[in-house]
Amino acid sequence: MYTFQDILMRLKQYWAERGCIVQEPYDVEVGAGTMCPETFLRVLGPQPYRVAYIQPSRRPADGRYGENPNRLYKHWQLQVILKPSPEDIQEQYLDSLRAIGIDLRKHDIKFEEDNWESPTLGAWGIGWQVMLDGLEITQFTYFQQCGGLDLDVVPVELTYGMERLAAFLQNKSSVYDIEWAPGITYGQVRRADELQFSVYNFELADVPTLWRLFELHEGECRRLLDAWPQYPDKRRFPLLAAYDQVLKCSHLFNLLDSRGALSVTERAAVIGRVRKLAVGVAEAWLEQLRLEEAA
Amino acid sequence: MTDLAFLLEIGTEEIPDWMIPPALEDLRTSFQRLVEERGVAGDGLAIQVDATPRRLVLRAGPLAERQPDREEWVLGPPRSAAFRDGQPTPAAEGFARKMGVAVTDLVVRETPRGEYVACRRVTPGRPTRDILAEALPDLILGIHFPKTMYWTGKGGPRFIRPIRWLVALLGDEIVPFELAGVRSGNHTRGHRLLGSDRIPVTLATYSDQLRQNYVLVSAEERRRKIEEGIEKLLAGTGLRLRPDRALLDTLVYLTEYPTPILGSFDREFLSLPEEVLVTVMRHHQKYFSVEDAEGRLAPFFIAVMNTDADPEGLVRQGNERVLQARFTDARFFWEVDQQKKLEDRVPMLAQVTYQAKLGTYLDKAHRMVRLGRRLARMLKADPRPVERAALLAKCDLTTEMVKEFTELQGIMGGLYARRQGEPEEVWRAIYEHYRPESMEDAIPGTLTGCLVSLADKLDALQGCFRVGLIPSGSRDPFALRRAAQGVVRILVEARLPLPLRRLLGKDQALIEFFEDRLRYYFREVRGFAYDEVNAVLAAGWDDLTDLESRLEALRQVRPTENFEPLAVSFKRIKNILRQANWPATPDSACQVREEKLEAGPEKELWGAFQRVRREVRRRRRNKEYREALEAIASLRPAVDQFFDKVLVNAPDPEIRQNRLNLLSHLLSEFSSIADFSEIVTRQEEK
Repeated sequence: MYTFQDILMRLKQYWAERGCIVQEPYDVEVGAGTMCPETFLRVLGPQPYRVAYIQPSRRPADGRYGENPNRLYKHWQLQVILKPSPEDIQEQYLDSLRAIGIDLRKHDIKFEEDNWESPTLGAWGIGWQVMLDGLEITQFTYFQQCGGLDLDVVPVELTYGMERLAAFLQNKSSVYDIEWAPGITYGQVRRADELQFSVYNFELADVPTLWRLFELHEGECRRLLDAWPQYPDKRRFPLLAAYDQVLKCSHLFNLLDSRGALSVTERAAVIGRVRKLAVGVAEAWLEQLRLEEAA
Repeated sequence: MTDLAFLLEIGTEEIPDWMIPPALEDLRTSFQRLVEERGVAGDGLAIQVDATPRRLVLRAGPLAERQPDREEWVLGPPRSAAFRDGQPTPAAEGFARKMGVAVTDLVVRETPRGEYVACRRVTPGRPTRDILAEALPDLILGIHFPKTMYWTGKGGPRFIRPIRWLVALLGDEIVPFELAGVRSGNHTRGHRLLGSDRIPVTLATYSDQLRQNYVLVSAEERRRKIEEGIEKLLAGTGLRLRPDRALLDTLVYLTEYPTPILGSFDREFLSLPEEVLVTVMRHHQKYFSVEDAEGRLAPFFIAVMNTDADPEGLVRQGNERVLQARFTDARFFWEVDQQKKLEDRVPMLAQVTYQAKLGTYLDKAHRMVRLGRRLARMLKADPRPVERAALLAKCDLTTEMVKEFTELQGIMGGLYARRQGEPEEVWRAIYEHYRPESMEDAIPGTLTGCLVSLADKLDALQGCFRVGLIPSGSRDPFALRRAAQGVVRILVEARLPLPLRRLLGKDQALIEFFEDRLRYYFREVRGFAYDEVNAVLAAGWDDLTDLESRLEALRQVRPTENFEPLAVSFKRIKNILRQANWPATPDSACQVREEKLEAGPEKELWGAFQRVRREVRRRRRNKEYREALEAIASLRPAVDQFFDKVLVNAPDPEIRQNRLNLLSHLLSEFSSIADFSEIVTRQEEK
């Protein structure tokens, strides 16, 4: 039986053999692997790129104090971006499942319609949720737009839900029983994390502070975006730093949401604010890429 | 010339199941149009379309091998300019050269403009294979899908999912073309995991070869395989399938080689409401539910795999584990939600936006209470249960269960209300207040339920129309058509004599929107003729039960001998009045002066009119519309006589005015049940 870390390593190995750079997780809180610059910014422009990385993804509202066997505040995604998407991508994907020991001949695989959309990133794509014996294990998406821009080259994004896959492979009914490394369970590694962050996210996070932080990060991002048009040497302009501020805003938005601090109207308005920043960075980034190309 | 059969297979990545049947129809229609327009459709052309999630297939035949040759006359110069003294001029020689014939081959033809030199030109028909090769790429990309993607890069072709292979065979030959970088050929692919991915096929062997590679091309065959498989699974178990046609359709188009399996779940979950269990199974896992001999939900489910077997039971175990987790979630929600009563959730509705311009759900709940009360009073029913149910109806939107399983809205509210001791009248009204959700769905089963449902839907319609959220074309994000259709069905089918038009107020757009729904309902659902519906609507509408009675009466009276001729006369009256610029509805100045009536047909018509008017008024008061219409129809001989013998446009203006007044009274008095001038008579149809 493969441990959780075996599965992670095998999948990374598999995609490394298919030309992917293996990256490490991004060091700013994100809600999904898609938000990392390695996806959000790399899919823009015409340059081919292939990357695979594990991204612990934080969704404050999904926390359950470490008590629900299937729901987590933070879960591990394996994110794979292939740009452009190869023609045999579905077969390559199925082979990746074989690489972690799934005998597909003995299981039921379905590709069921599920189009992905992230209003905060101005991004959407067309694709499926991949179902293995009735369990959703992967989100499979052909990106169409990112940062509100039509993409030049269509990348495919594969997002594996690692806890679900591991629980499936190890035949566990609770993610906390997953064997992370020999003799060590997922629960031993992560339960305190889940409990404490649930308490913070639902009970103790200070709403006025979150709002203040949100506005500070938003302001910093806007300051940079405002400076961009006049900046003399655009190739050295810190758009990546501006994007970090977008990620901070997005995470703070999620925290405000889990604290129940947002009415529906407010929610839509804040999504709009974050989206505006993301779109601003994406547009500037494309311009910077063109300048890079020209140089 | 030989006739050929044609096969097209568009091999794709998995197409969403619900989009497949309409796409196939679209493919069929555009292919038929193509071959007919190009003149290559053979006699008795038959087109068959099939699909699995990974392929759209069209088979057609017979097709001609090539288009027929086209013969035409090309006109040259006029005869006078082409020949001088019997000798060809340079003009004639030039024309012959251009046409590539000898001057002696030119002939003279008579045309409307005179005699011209002409030459017969034969354009050979093109081979069907070339025509198809040229037309198929656009034809394929032209198949309509609700949402498309691009995959080869910006500006590339758009389709529902990437196209990965193409089979195009006309007879034994490949129809060569290229689409999105894929060249057509004669190789198909089998089942992803069980079949070969490169199978050479011919027209004759296509289906069988795919079957050997675990692909059933025919949706019917897959449907049968699922149904028979389920029968076999349940034989001798004492369990029965709960049939679900929509789910079966989904599974048919979600699989290439479907095989059902039987799984089970822990009996303890049966303590949850059946609605919750069935929703989780159906909507979230695409499982069929199973019941025992007494019709109670049994702790089993049927899943349909896209593979041939589950010999080690791994697929079953996997599905069981997923369902267990889902049910565990549902039980958690059920328990958490009980901690706060629906009543205590009312203030929470202030946090849920209904629509930006229409306020929160709390605002909506209050509006529903007021409207519900008004409706109940109009029907002289007790308003209290309606008010109570309307107040609580939307509270389940704040429950965890409905946040997770939105399909359960209304139903959960009803179930929680029942557990919290609300009377049956109230909890059932909450439970059913979204009904009817489709044309097939039942309307609420109680009066209270009907009134809460009406209050909900009328509030949505009035509110959205007021702030300009009016459906147009296929855009109807708030499902207002369904809401209006629901209002119509509830009023008619529950026989509620409510003044709909008065309730709608003065919003002309909304009134017309409802008239469209009424036309649709009475014509398409109830089978009334379109002119009958128009006639009854034109006579005015408010209470739909009354509208329905008038329609029924009209349908009964229509075939009687006097009716249609009278309708013709009414049309004539309408025309006469219009031409004379005379009011169609008489006012006080339009009194008929008896002393001015001429003895004979005119006096007789007046007499008949008065007699019939008395009877019609009495009948109409008693809602005896058939009798009223029969009485009106009995006027026919008097009307016919009148038009035969009497000149409306009499020279004496007073007599003329009097006659017009008589006709105007006749028309308005007898058009209040149905406007006969809307009736299309058999005579007119010819």
